Amino acid sequence: MTFYQIVAEGLFFAFIILVILGSLITIRAKILMQTVLGLAVALLGVAGIYFYLGSMFLTLMQILIYVGAICIVLVFGIMVGYTPTEVAEKAIKDWRNKFLAISSAVTAFLLILACVLKTDWIPAVADDRNFSAAHLGEEFLYTYCLAFELISVILLIAIIGSIILARGGAGGMVTDHRAGKEVAAVQEEKGEVST
Amino acid sequence: METISILPPELIRMVIAVIIIITFLFVNAIMMGYAERKIAGHVQRRPGPMEVGSHGILQMIVDGVKLVGKELLIPLNVDRTLFRVAPLLSFTPVILPLLVIPFSEKLQARDLNLGLLFIVSMGAVNVMALLVGGWGSNNKYSMFGAMRAVAQAIAYEIPILLSMLAVILMCNTFSLKEIVGAQQNIWFVFLQPVAFLIYVVAGLAETNRAPFDLPEAESELTAGFHTEYSGMGFSLFFIGEYTNMFIVASVATVLFLGGWHGPHLPYGEYLGVVWFFLKVYFLLFLMIMVRWTYPRVRFDQLLNFAWKYLVPFSLVNLLITAVVVKL
Repeated sequence: MTFYQIVAEGLFFAFIILVILGSLITIRAKILMQTVLGLAVALLGVAGIYFYLGSMFLTLMQILIYVGAICIVLVFGIMVGYTPTEVAEKAIKDWRNKFLAISSAVTAFLLILACVLKTDWIPAVADDRNFSAAHLGEEFLYTYCLAFELISVILLIAIIGSIILARGGAGGMVTDHRAGKEVAAVQEEKGEVST
Repeated sequence: METISILPPELIRMVIAVIIIITFLFVNAIMMGYAERKIAGHVQRRPGPMEVGSHGILQMIVDGVKLVGKELLIPLNVDRTLFRVAPLLSFTPVILPLLVIPFSEKLQARDLNLGLLFIVSMGAVNVMALLVGGWGSNNKYSMFGAMRAVAQAIAYEIPILLSMLAVILMCNTFSLKEIVGAQQNIWFVFLQPVAFLIYVVAGLAETNRAPFDLPEAESELTAGFHTEYSGMGFSLFFIGEYTNMFIVASVATVLFLGGWHGPHLPYGEYLGVVWFFLKVYFLLFLMIMVRWTYPRVRFDQLLNFAWKYLVPFSLVNLLITAVVVKL
């Protein structure tokens, strides 16, 4: 075993520990802010695993988008909505929510497990497929163009949905006074005044 | 298992590079701190620090010793782990980008073929540090400073990336070395003046410098996210900020000002570093002058400026670049 191999193996286990540790913090932390930071640690660990597997591009994208953008937006949301010392609720008490949470978690786990078991894994060392940024870009814009564009449609739907939610639902309860007037005006124009 | 071979030379080279870079960070922070105070003084028609050494030249070193000796105060009811981690988190991601910056043709610790992306993603981690510090301090001013830092970083990241993309489209690579190499005959500042302007303005905002220094606006928020830090905790934020300025100026030099290119020097592949540093410190001088001559913008002006002017302009610039490159 050469020096580099030892370092690589050590790094691999360090990244795995980072992922597990971050995930544990995410689900165990009492304060909401620590939850998000735990998530950031776990995502950094995932970036490290991409690095171990030899894709620098995915590593940097993971850091840039997941740690740099998504976690920061989440933290921003928490800062706007919560006081620093506010403690998250201890447990989900409602049985319906509990059922939904457990069933969705189990379904997601089973789906991933099915994928893992069905895939024919190639060891990273023997895997000589091209994962460079240029190749990935070509694949996205030529071979998998439709899937790539569909993802952006999903993001658009998510943005529209969040705007509707922030405005109190389609014609539903409106919390913002000024926004309420606008919504009402639009509805009057369309002739679909709701209660 | 065979025995461990002797440490590989590449590793030793990287360790030496990191040591040189960390030394340079401290020297740079000391020089920039002194320059900042002196220039601020002269802009405001006063001499600045004069007492320690000739023209106060040793002032920053004395200040550094003072900061090292100071007690690290941890306020009551703060999240201790986060409070302590934040300065380190702001210091680490500023070391790494310097490893990929080509100071001259041969003076570069590591030529990553995704170098530019590497620098940008490290900048994203830096924002996290401000957030953790601001939130961990359990202080209203820190909290507001951190929130402003985030809103600002999200808004100005986009024009920065778009202006970089214009250059990347022109030379078809993320490697900083190759980008500089492509500017042998003409600097990109002449081909991409709009992108350069957008980059410099957004870079000022990205480093939280005046007139966009809202996250640490002294007159409103005492010191923003680092209000509660004393001693070395504060110094690490301080060094992080000045190194960040250095990185933004270096990337501007690499992307637009031709990096190490300049009039011919003997041993050009090494001494190109002279031209590089001249350009970088000229940009830093401009940044300091802007800070002391322009008033701070209001927060709504800051965000409006980013979303309503910089983003559309950089998009149009990118579109035109793409069309011209394709023709």
